[in-house]
Amino acid sequence: MTVETSPILSIVTFLPLLGALFIIFLPATPGGDRNARHTALYTTLFTFAISLLIWINFDTRTADFQFVEDIAWIGPFRYKMGVDGISMLFVILTTFLMPLCILASWESINNRVKEYMIAFLVLETLMIGVFCALDLMLFYLFFEAGLIPMFLIIGVWGGKRRVYASFKFFLYTLLGSVLMLLAIFAMASTAGTTDIPTLIQIGATKFSADMQWWLWLAFFASFAVKMPMWPVHTWLPDAHVEAPTAGSVILAGILLKMGGYGFLRFSLPMFPLASMELAPVIFTLSVVAIVYTSLVALAQEDIKKLIAYSSVAHMGFVTMGIFTFQQQGIDGAIFQMLSHGIVSAALFLCVGIIYDRMHTREIAAYGGLADRMPLYAAVFMVFTMANVGLPGTSGFVGEFLTLLSAFKSNTWVAFFATSGVILSAAYALYLYRRVVFGALEKASLKAIPDMNAREITIMAPLVILTILLGFYPALLLDVMAVSVKQLVMNFEAAVAQSTAAVAQ
Amino acid sequence: MSILLSYAPAYPEMLLAVGAMVLLMIGAFSEDNTDTGAFVGWLSIALLLVAAALIVLQPEGTQHPFDKVFVVDQFARFMKLLIIAGSAVALLLSFDFLRNKGLMKFEYPILVLLSTVGMMMMVSANDMIALYLGLELQSLALYVLASIQRENVRSSEAGLKYFVLGALSSGMLLYGASLIYGFTGATGFTEIANVAKAQTSAENIGLIVGLVFLLVGLAFKISAVPFHMWTPDVYQGAPTPVTALFAAAPKLAAMGLLMRVLGGAFPGLEQQWQQVIWFIAIASMLLGAFAAIGQTNIKRLMAYSSIGHVGFALVGLAAGTPEGAQGVLVYLLIYLVMTLGTFACILAMQRGDDMIEDIDQLSGLAQNNLTMAFVLAMLMFSLAGIPPLAGFWAKVYVFWPAVQAGLYPLAVIGVLASVVGAYYYLRIVKIMFFDEPREKFVPVSANLGLVMGAALIFIFAFAVPQVGGPIVDAAQAAAKSLRF
Repeated sequence: MTVETSPILSIVTFLPLLGALFIIFLPATPGGDRNARHTALYTTLFTFAISLLIWINFDTRTADFQFVEDIAWIGPFRYKMGVDGISMLFVILTTFLMPLCILASWESINNRVKEYMIAFLVLETLMIGVFCALDLMLFYLFFEAGLIPMFLIIGVWGGKRRVYASFKFFLYTLLGSVLMLLAIFAMASTAGTTDIPTLIQIGATKFSADMQWWLWLAFFASFAVKMPMWPVHTWLPDAHVEAPTAGSVILAGILLKMGGYGFLRFSLPMFPLASMELAPVIFTLSVVAIVYTSLVALAQEDIKKLIAYSSVAHMGFVTMGIFTFQQQGIDGAIFQMLSHGIVSAALFLCVGIIYDRMHTREIAAYGGLADRMPLYAAVFMVFTMANVGLPGTSGFVGEFLTLLSAFKSNTWVAFFATSGVILSAAYALYLYRRVVFGALEKASLKAIPDMNAREITIMAPLVILTILLGFYPALLLDVMAVSVKQLVMNFEAAVAQSTAAVAQ
Repeated sequence: MSILLSYAPAYPEMLLAVGAMVLLMIGAFSEDNTDTGAFVGWLSIALLLVAAALIVLQPEGTQHPFDKVFVVDQFARFMKLLIIAGSAVALLLSFDFLRNKGLMKFEYPILVLLSTVGMMMMVSANDMIALYLGLELQSLALYVLASIQRENVRSSEAGLKYFVLGALSSGMLLYGASLIYGFTGATGFTEIANVAKAQTSAENIGLIVGLVFLLVGLAFKISAVPFHMWTPDVYQGAPTPVTALFAAAPKLAAMGLLMRVLGGAFPGLEQQWQQVIWFIAIASMLLGAFAAIGQTNIKRLMAYSSIGHVGFALVGLAAGTPEGAQGVLVYLLIYLVMTLGTFACILAMQRGDDMIEDIDQLSGLAQNNLTMAFVLAMLMFSLAGIPPLAGFWAKVYVFWPAVQAGLYPLAVIGVLASVVGAYYYLRIVKIMFFDEPREKFVPVSANLGLVMGAALIFIFAFAVPQVGGPIVDAAQAAAKSLRF
C-alpha cells in the first residue's frame, strides 16, 4: 500500500484520539500524570512525523484534492476527506504546533494532567479534521466540536476570569456557527449535495446572486467571529488572556486560521458574486481592524492582551489579501496565516516562559530581562521583529504580498493598511523595550533564570522556521501556487459569466 | 379463533393490559412489602420487553383491526418501541429511589404499565374515540403516579395540579373532537381526512375551530407554550423517577398522537395547522431557552429544557413534509436517550438519604466523580446540540426540512434560541468542572450506572454510520406511513 492509496488523512486525524483513549486508562497518580505527558508528547510527535508524509507525497502540479477518502456516512452525508494546496499546509501547521504545546505545558500544568492532555489530543483531532473535511456536514462537525475541549481548557486551566472568558468564547463562536449551519442546509437543499469539491465546481452557477448574498452573510457570521474581524473580535483578548499558554498558542496558531481557511474554501469559490459585491465591506473592516486594534494594542498593560490585539490586526491583512481576488493577495494571505501561526504561537510561548517564572503578565512587572536572560532576549527579539514584519523574517512576506495586491485593487486600502505596519512596529518595539531593556531594578527579577533545555527545544524550531521562511518563502508558496491559481481563475470566470449575463 | 387472530396487531397492548391485571393479583395476594414491589417491578420490565419483542416480530405493512379504529403501521411500531423503552428505563431508574423512600409498592410498576398501554393506544389511534380512550388511560395512571409520595406536600400538589390542568385540556380536546364530528359527521380519521381533503375544507370554519381546540388539548400534553404552565411545578414536585417517566414516554406518546392526527386526519388543512405549529414551536423554543436561565433546581431546569426541546421537535413538524416527520422521529428518539441519561445522573445526586436537586450542589463534581461529571457534561453538550454528539444530529434532522420547506424565520429563531439554551447547559458543565468540590455523593448504583453508560455510548455512537444510519432509515420508513 502506498501513501497515495492509504487513508493517511484519517490516520493523521484520528491518531491523537487514539492517544487520548490510551490516556483515559492511565491511573490518576503522579506516575500516571507523567505517563500521560509522555503519551501525549509521543502521540503528537508521531502524528507530526506521519503528516510529513503527506507533504512529501503531495503533488504540487495539480489543483485537485489529493489523498481523497470517500465513504457513505449518515443519511445523505458522506465521510469525505482530502487536501489541496490551500489546506495541506494548515494540517502540517497543526501537527507541528501540537508537540510544542504539550512541551510548553510540561511543568506549568500540574493539576488534572490527564484530563488536560486528553483535551488537547481531542482538540488536535478536531482541528486536523476541519482542514481535511470535504463534506459540508463533516466540516461543520469538526469545526464546531472543537468548542467543547477549548471551553474546558480555558475554563479549567485558565486564569482568574476563566469562567467569563470560556463562556464568551463558546457562545460567541456558537452564535456565528449556527447561522452557517442553516446556510449549509439551504445549500444542500438547492444543490442536492454536500460534497465540497462539487459545490466548488457548480456553486457559482447553482446559487442565484440573491441566494449567494444570504449564504455569504451566514458563512461570514461564522468566519468573521472565528477570524476574528473587527467588531466581533472582543472574545479573543479575553480568551487569550485567560487561557493557559498552550491554549493561547492553539487559539492564535490554528483556531484563528479556520476563519481565513473558510473564506478561501467556501465564500470565494462557492459565492463569487456575493464575494465580489461585498469585498468593500471586508476591506473596510480589515483596515479598521489593522489600524484600530494596533492602536488598542499600543495601550495594553498586559502582555498577552497586547499580542492578542496584534493578532486581530494581522488577521486584517489576511482578510484584505483574500478579498483582492488576485493570486498575489491570496498567496500572501495564506502565507501570512501560516507565518502568524508560527510567530504568534512563539510570542505566546515567550510570554509563557516568563509567566511560569513570575506568575504575572503585567508589562510593568518586568524590565531589564536582557541582563539575566540574554538567550531569552535574543529569541524574543526574533519574534518581535517577525511580528513587525521585518524583511528577512516570515512576517514580512505575507504582509508585503497582501499590501502589494491591495495596492493594485484599491490604493486607499493599501495606504491605511500600510500605516498598520508602522503602528505594529510601535507597539511591538515598545513592548520589547519595556520587558527586556532598561535597568534590572525589580527585586523579584534579580534571580530569574534563563531558558532551560526544554524551553530551548521548544523555541529552536520556531526560530529556524521564522528565519528560513523569511529568506525562502517559495518553500510554502510553491505548494499553494497551483491551487490558488485555480481558485482565482474559477472566480474570474464566474464573475465574467455573470457580467456577460447581465449585459445581455 | 379467527377473532383472536384478527386481534394480532394489538397483541402487545393486550399483553400489557392483561399482564398488569395479573401483576395486580400477584401484588394483592402477596405480602405488602418491598420485596413484592421489587418483584412486580422486575416482572413489569420483563413484560415490557416481551411486548417490545412482539412489536419487532410483527409483519411489516399496515393493519386496521377493530373496524379501523386502531391502526398498526411502521410509525406506530417505531413510536411504541420508543415508548416501551422510555417506560422500561424509567422503571429501572426508580428502584433505588423507591426503596430509599419506602415507596417500593407493587402499585407503582402496575400504574406505569397501564399508562404505557394508554400511550401505545394513543399512537395507534385511528379514531377520535380511540384517541381519547388512550389519552385518558395514560393520564389517569400518571396523575396517581405524580402524587404517589402521599405524605409529601409538593408531590400531592404536583398530582393535583397535573390532574386539574390535564382535565381542562381533556375537556378542550373533547370539545374540539365534538366540533369535528359535528362538521364532518365522522370520528374516524380516514373519514375526517376525506372531508379535510375536499376543495372547500378551508372554508369549513367549524372543522378548523375544532382542529384548533384539538391542537390546544394536545399542546397541553406535550407541554408546548402557551400551555406549559403545569410542567415546571409537576416536574419539580413529582418524585424524581416519576419525573423521568414524564419527561420521556408520555411526551413522546403525545407527540406521536399529534403527528398521527395531523398526518392522518387533516392532510388537506396543512396551511391552517402549520400556522399553529409554527407559533407554538417558536414560543416553546424561546421560553425554554430564556426561562431556564434563572433556575436553581435541576428538575425545574429539565422541565424548561423539555419545553424547549418540544419546540425544536415541532420545527420538523411545522415543515409538514415526510422529511420533517422523519426529523421529528429522530429527534424524539435522541431526546429520549438524553433525557433518561440526564435523569439517571439526577437520581445519582444523593448524599446519605437526601436527594439533592440544587444545581449548585454539583459543584466540583469532576474532582469527586469524574466519570459521572463527564457523562452529565456530555449529555449537557448534547442537549445543547453541539456536534458530534447525538443532540446535534437531532437538530440537523429537524432544521434541515424546515429550511427545505422555506421556513427561514422559524429556523433562524430556532438556532438562535439554541444558542441561548446552550448557556444554561454550559452553566452546569461550569459548575461541575470549574468550581471547587463539595462533599461527595453516594456511589452510583448499578442500575443508574447502566443507564448513564448506555446513554453516553449512544450520544457518541450516533455519528457512526452503522449506528445512526439504521436509526435514520427506520425513522424514514416510519414517517412514510403518515400522509404528510
